[in-house]
Amino acid sequence: MTLEFAPVATVAGKEFWDRIRSLWVLAIAVLFTVFALAIAYFGGAQQGAVGFRSIEFTIASLVSLVIYLIPLIALLLGFDAIVGERERGSLDLLLSMPITRLELLLGKFLGLAAALAFSTVAGFGLVAMVLAGRLNLGGLSAYAGFMASSILLGVSFLSIAVLISVLASDRTRASGLSIAVWFFFVLMFDLLLLGALVVSGGRVGGAVFPYLLLLNPTDVFRVLNVHALEEVGSLYGLATVFPPELAHQGLLYGVMLAWCVLPLMLAAWRFRR
Amino acid sequence: MADAIPTATDTPSPLICARALSRHYGTVRAVDEVELTIGRGELFGLIGHNGAGKTTLFKMMLGLVAPTGGMVTIDGIDVAGAGFRQVRRRVGYLPENVVFYDNLTGLETLLFFAKLKAVSHSECGPLLAKVGLAGAARRPLKEYSKGMRQRLGLAQALLGNPALLFLDEPTTGLDPEGIRDFYAALRELQVAGVTVVLTSHILAEIQQRVDRLAIMAAGRVRAIGSVQALRAARPLPVTFEIRCAPGRSDAVRAALGALPLSTAEGHDHTLRFESPPDAKMQVLEALARLGGSIRDISVREATLEDVFFGLTE
Repeated sequence: MTLEFAPVATVAGKEFWDRIRSLWVLAIAVLFTVFALAIAYFGGAQQGAVGFRSIEFTIASLVSLVIYLIPLIALLLGFDAIVGERERGSLDLLLSMPITRLELLLGKFLGLAAALAFSTVAGFGLVAMVLAGRLNLGGLSAYAGFMASSILLGVSFLSIAVLISVLASDRTRASGLSIAVWFFFVLMFDLLLLGALVVSGGRVGGAVFPYLLLLNPTDVFRVLNVHALEEVGSLYGLATVFPPELAHQGLLYGVMLAWCVLPLMLAAWRFRR
Repeated sequence: MADAIPTATDTPSPLICARALSRHYGTVRAVDEVELTIGRGELFGLIGHNGAGKTTLFKMMLGLVAPTGGMVTIDGIDVAGAGFRQVRRRVGYLPENVVFYDNLTGLETLLFFAKLKAVSHSECGPLLAKVGLAGAARRPLKEYSKGMRQRLGLAQALLGNPALLFLDEPTTGLDPEGIRDFYAALRELQVAGVTVVLTSHILAEIQQRVDRLAIMAAGRVRAIGSVQALRAARPLPVTFEIRCAPGRSDAVRAALGALPLSTAEGHDHTLRFESPPDAKMQVLEALARLGGSIRDISVREATLEDVFFGLTE
């Protein structure tokens, strides 16, 4: 069956405009702006200093915030993409149109991804403009990298959310599963790895530890951002843990892209029939 | 039981052909070896209990559910094959209990589906007017009543002047006036050459309005034909109820004794019995001769409902 662009664009356009009209995009953008500005100006308050310190510390603080927030936002955005239509009863009507199942799924995914990317760029971009006068080129490029990887982090969890929306039999299960996925990747995963390391006295998993981190998009995101910042990199102790052959930016972005694409492909495969 | 019923009818210009069409879910045979031909311009009804397989059959004809056996063609094109887009642009579908997006207005809803169907946006306004929603076009759907949603659903199904309409329980939620208007609209479409396939539970409603119908039970089509053909093929008794003058019921009983009737049951002055359809005139003549012995007669002929329940139970 051929893939046509027009039906994908129609579905994507509807999803995107739905989020604009419901003020979802605006709310998320404002949330990002407020958090980023607060962190930039008050992030150092514990050290007794208020005011913008450095872009590197700002990014490092933003990373810790975004790691919790963006996966949750993306999962909530996408978990009912398909199961919502199914439960509402509008899925059959949609599928009776001249559109394939793959086109419908892609349209949903791309429209939601556009809404998420738009809020991220608008929210964090506004902050970049406010800070622009105080940044040198290196700082700007680090911040641009932070924004790009934030979008990828969001899209990777959106991809997982769309997979959940295809697998789940109803919306309640889909939302439960989404929260479980968030809990696992954001809170449990690192703890489990550390636990395995500590319990085995470092014998189990020591060498594969960095590779295991690639199995979690939030960890890839953290490594991408923190590793780029020499000043804070040492603070995290990552330089000693993370082998240089893995710290390659292109590779890490490749892994993030894979996380954006693979769950979606699995979803498309499951949604075929 | 169904062997006397014609299940294949020569259709002059077939539009929809289902051949050996089956959909099995494990051991459950939702649709089983269905053969069905629906002609161009027909108004065709599909009848059956819940779970008889109507909706699954419907969805296979639309290409929404893949058959586990057999195939469906519309105008010679396999609905599940590479030509599906071509088919779907010419087909309108109104699902049972149609649901739309509450955050959109009626017009926006129609525009969205028009875009998906690659139909000109200029069709949407006139279509809304046609189903009587012109005044509500810019109101959000959460303010729409059930009947208004159903009418919007019909407008949606009519996008792109389809040659074929699939309507699943289309009159659910409509008031009697709405139902009358709805069938009037269908007749208009039929005159314009549109083929309509619909399902309904309300047999009395569909009976007077479809050209032919198929009766489904347990995944199989048990009978196909016009209402008259179904009745003729399966003779159903005529029920007589006779109110006799006081003290005359034995005389009436005796006068009818020679006719091929079921045993008359009676209480007070009322007799009730059944006759085969071809004996109806004989019975009426015999009753006419009894003159003053009879106060009142009521005759009830078998309805489609009787055909339906006779076959599916």
